[in-house]
Formats: sequence, structure tokens, C-alpha cells
Amino acid sequence: MTDLNKAMVETYRNDFLKEVEANVEEGNWVKMCMQCGVCSGSCPFGPDWEHPPQEIFAMIRAGKRDEVLKSESMWMCTSCYNCIVRCPRELPITHIMHGLANYAHRLGIAPKMNPTRRFAKIFWDNIAKSGRVNELELSIRLYFMNGFMKGIKTGLEMLPVGLGMLKTKRLNPFGLFAHGGIKRKGELHKMLKKAYEIEDKRKGFAK
Amino acid sequence: MTDVVATNETILVVGGGISGMTAALEAAECGKDVVLVEKNPSLGGRVNQLYKYFPKLCHPTCGMEINLRRLRANKRIRVLTLSEVKTITGKPGDYTATITISPRYVNENCTACGECEKAVSTEITNPYNYGMDKTKAAYLPFAMAYPPRYVIDPSLIGTPEAEKAKAACKYDAIDLGMKEETINFKVGAVVWATGWKPYDAAKIQPYGYDRYPNVITSVEFERLMDPFGPTGGKLVRPSDGKEAKNVAFIQCAGSRDRNHLKHCSRICCMASLKQSTYVREKYADDANVSIYYIDIRAIDRFEDFYKKIQADPKVKFIKSKVANITVDKEGNPILHGVDTEGYHRYDNSHDLVVLAIGMEPSVDASRIMPGVKADASGFIDIHATTEAVFGAGCASNALDVNRSVQSATAGALRAIQVINRVSRAEA
Ligand SMILES: Cc1cc2nc3c(=O)[nH]c(=O)nc-3n(C[C@H](O)[C@H](O)[C@H](O)COP(=O)(O)OP(=O)(O)OC[C@H]3O[C@@H](n4cnc5c(N)ncnc54)[C@H](O)[C@@H]3O)c2cc1C
Repeated sequence: MTDLNKAMVETYRNDFLKEVEANVEEGNWVKMCMQCGVCSGSCPFGPDWEHPPQEIFAMIRAGKRDEVLKSESMWMCTSCYNCIVRCPRELPITHIMHGLANYAHRLGIAPKMNPTRRFAKIFWDNIAKSGRVNELELSIRLYFMNGFMKGIKTGLEMLPVGLGMLKTKRLNPFGLFAHGGIKRKGELHKMLKKAYEIEDKRKGFAK
Repeated sequence: MTDVVATNETILVVGGGISGMTAALEAAECGKDVVLVEKNPSLGGRVNQLYKYFPKLCHPTCGMEINLRRLRANKRIRVLTLSEVKTITGKPGDYTATITISPRYVNENCTACGECEKAVSTEITNPYNYGMDKTKAAYLPFAMAYPPRYVIDPSLIGTPEAEKAKAACKYDAIDLGMKEETINFKVGAVVWATGWKPYDAAKIQPYGYDRYPNVITSVEFERLMDPFGPTGGKLVRPSDGKEAKNVAFIQCAGSRDRNHLKHCSRICCMASLKQSTYVREKYADDANVSIYYIDIRAIDRFEDFYKKIQADPKVKFIKSKVANITVDKEGNPILHGVDTEGYHRYDNSHDLVVLAIGMEPSVDASRIMPGVKADASGFIDIHATTEAVFGAGCASNALDVNRSVQSATAGALRAIQVINRVSRAEA
């Protein structure tokens, strides 16, 4: 168990709803759910979720902390916003799903091999470095996410697409060597650091 | 010119549904003078369009008949139909009401013999059956209509059809020269009983009311059962006339939903429970009813009724708000969603889907006059209202008939108190 996770268990004891309200983005909406089920029924990936959103809300109230935070379910959300549009109580369900995923990740208990988590991490590291996404680097990292041989194979499969993009100047072939990005990257890094500090302080993550 | 005798000791009742009729009768039977204004050609409002009443499952015509008898016996009530209140100005105990009266083109001589109806061939959509069928342009709104007098639709005026109707009348009851009138009179207090209207089902996009003929509303379902309804009382579905034996009810269609009506419409659970008995009445053991619900709110003492329906093996309760509806090649609606008792995903096919549609006020209370206050849903908020305008029935909340009538009696009592103060001041 990570230290942060341990600290949170200590702080909130058995009140997982309270923990979610305090630490998860839009978590204070969870108690508003009336268990009608429209979100779960409206989710295009619903059949593939182990626990649809409605069930996650019920689990949070029932204090099923581990089952929720270690679940793959909220990582399935593709932000189509169908649930938000239809929710009779206007819960920002998409944001709550991302909030839960992000919180589990911060605690270090999100499923390690979850592809969405890994993609999100690669994407974030890529953009946070320079303030702009380096697409070549991002795709190569993605291709090799599941091992060297798999990476070569995917790379070859995608070659025609890549060449097409090169021809139409949608891809910078030197991207691998010169990351590019915004001017004064240092300022961006300072901003992000400050944002982390504020968030950590607000949520009691700071040690 | 319509002549109305009224003073500032008269009570104006706006809306002649069951609530307005009750308020008018109660006040008149206490010795007050009342003007009852109804915008439709006849009295009774929406209860006329119900097949049966919960909880006793009796026919609304019965209660209506009692009220009409009371009304005919009372000289203190002046009824104005096809009339709408335009403005009310003044202060409690001293108001001036402005009313516009639309022409009926038929006068008191009418015996409702029906010869004019036979003489014309033009048809109009029939509001009594929520537009599901047509009626002649010279028509009696429905069998029990009060006043029992025909109406000539304005679209007929100036056509040879109108002349045909006139020629067919043996009683000189058709007056094609009638014009719209505007009249003013004094009143001391107002009971506002303009009732409700069904929420516009087409706005609930995922249910496809505007796209699928076999998705209908609860008010339309009432009409299907009625021998005077569009199917002559046959419970068949609109797309192909197939018998609707496997019927689904979707609760909270538009109610308890911040995208639609915020409030609970209160009666829809009981309405669907009642309507489940209609399907059983028609198809006995071949009937299959599914009620999709968030939670059943069988208001107050009606829990017994709920328990009885729950015990029926042919009625299934599915705890789930349906997410969306599609249709298959045969036109069967398929309901998609996830239930809350086990989180099972379902794709259920039915013959017919009934949306238990919410009730909203037919007149937004904030538009009546400045001192009348509306709650968040547009119903009259009596506590915040400073005028002597008292809400009754569904103008004040989503209510069943029992509670509408109670609130109408309360409204009448409040209005009587205002009138009594006026009389004392003038004595
Ligand atoms: C599907 C369904 C089933 C139901 N079944 C039952 C049941 O079984 N038992 C039960 O107890 N209740 C039932 N109800 C509820 C019942 O319909 C209402 O309680 C009842 O209609 C309320 O009567 P009201 O007079 O307040 O309103 P309304 O019936 O709406 O009457 C209002 C009247 O005011 C008139 N009006 C409106 N605006 C104006 C204006 N500006 N000027 C003049 N006149 C105006 C209208 O034309 C109308 O005649 C059901 C409701 C629904 C939706």
C-alpha cells in the first residue's frame, strides 16, 4: 500500500463517501444519485463495464473502497457525455468517472496494466514536457507500450498511414530528435508545479 | 352582447374542470354569487377524458353527473364557456376582470339533435381524443358535454358547409353571425383553477414519442379504453392495429427530471397501476404488463392499491428508468436499460409503450398578474401570493381528483372570507 493510500484510509476510516466528496473531482455529486439507472443504460460501452456508473455510486455509498478504486470500470469512460445529458439529476457523471480514475491513480492503487491509464500517463508526460503533443513520439511510445515485438508489428501496420501523413505535412519527421513545443517551457513547468501544490494542499495529499 | 351581472361580492372562478366546478359549487351553495369561466366549449376539464378513476375504478361520468345536477339546481352560478380571462386588475375585494368570449355559432335553442353534424362533411382533429381521430366540424364535444350544445368550428364559417349546417337545424339554433366579444365585470375574489396539461412527450428524445407510433402517452392510453375513443374502446396499437397485450409503462416520463419537469407529478404511479388493470380487463391471462420505475409513489392511502397490483403475477415491476427505445422491423418498441436490482442489462420487446407523462400547469402562475407567485414549476404558490387569487386543483399542484377537490374547497373558503370582508365593510 502506498503511503498516500494508507494516509487516506486512516483519515476517512469507513466513510468512503466522505473521502470521495473531499478528494474526487465533482465527488460531492455522488450523494445526489437516485439510482434510476439511465446512465448505465445510456453508456455505449456499458456492456463492457464490470460496474456501470450507477453501481459505482451505490458501491461508494456502501463503502466498497477497494472494489471501486481498484476497478477497471471508470477507466472505460470515453467521455461521450450521453450520461450527463440524460441524468435526471444533472450529475456530471463523466467528470466523476475521470475523477475517480485519477484519484485511484494518485493513490497508486489503480490497475497497473489498464491501457487507458497507461495511455493517459504517456500522453500527459508527453504534453507536460513541452506544452505541446509530439505526435511522433507519442505514437511510437504507444506502439511499444506492450513490448518490443508488438511495437514493431504495430509500427509496420501503421506505416502507410504515417507515410501519408508525412506527404501531406501532418507529421514532423524530425520530431523524435527535436521535441518542439512552446516557448518558455520553464514557465509551464512552474505553473504545473504550483497547480499540483494547490491541489495537494486542498486535498490533504501533501506530506 | 353577453350580459353578466356581477359585483365586488362576486367570486370569479377561472377554469371549469373538476376543481373549478367544485370551487364554484361550494361557494354558491354557501350563498355567494359566482361566475365560472371555461375556455373550452364544455365543463369538466380533463377528467372527462379518463376511462376510469383510481382508486375505486369507477367511471368519471358518475361524479360529473352529480356535479352537473348541483350546478343546474343553483341559480347563483353563471357559466361562461369558450371564454378566457384576459386580465384581472384592481385589488383584493375590488377587481375588474376582462374576458373574451369566442363564438360558438350555436345558441340556446340547440337541442343537441345532431342534424347539423349529419349535414356537414368537413372534419377537424378531435381534441377530446388528443388528436388521435377526427370529428365533424359541427360537433358535440363529447356525449356528456355540458352545456349540451353543439359547436360549429370557426374553420367552417364562410363556407357552403356552414350554410348546410344552418339549413339542417330545425330549431334556429345556428347563428353564423356571432362575433368574438370582450366583456368586463367586477369581482371581489378569484379562484384560479386552470388545471394542467400533459408534458410534451416529444421533448424526451430517447423515448422517440415523435418517431415511433407504438410509443404513446398515458393520457392517450385512457382514450384507447373509452368506447367513445378513437378505437371504439379496443386496446390496439396505433401502427398496425395489433392487439396490445404486452404493454410497458415508463414512469417519471418527464417528471423528477431536471431536463424536463423538476417536480414529481404525483399521480402517474397510481395512473399506471390503474392502467395495468385496463390491460387485464381486455386480455385477462393473455395480458403482460411491465412497469419500469425509479420508485413507486402510491401516494398516501393508495398503498393498498399498489399491494394489490403487485400481487398480480401478470404485472412485472422493473426497477429502472429506461435509457432509450428503439423499434424492430415489426414496429415493436424495444426498451433498453439496466435495472437497479442486480444491474442486469435488458433489451425488452413490447407491443405498446405507455409514457406515464408528467403534469405541468396549463397556465404559468407567474403570468396571471404581478401579485400571484409561481413555484419553481409554475404552479400557484399560495404562501407567496399577495392577491386574493387562490389556486385550486392542478393549477396549484400536481394532484389527483380527490386532492384537487379538497384544494378547490379550500380555495372557495378563502374566497368566501374575502367576500365576507367586503360585505361587512359595505354594510
Ligand atoms: C394519465 C392520467 C390519469 C389520471 N387518472 C386519475 C384517476 O384515475 N384518479 C384521479 O383521482 N386522478 C387522476 N388523474 C388526475 C386528474 O386528471 C386531475 O386530478 C384532474 O384533472 C384535476 O382537475 P382540475 O380541474 O384541477 O384540472 P383540469 O381537468 O385540467 O381542468 C382545468 C380546466 O380549466 C380550463 N382552463 C385552462 N386554462 C384556462 C383559461 N385560461 N381560462 C379559462 N379556462 C381555462 C381547462 O379548459 C379545463 O377545463 C389522472 C391524470 C393523468 C395524467
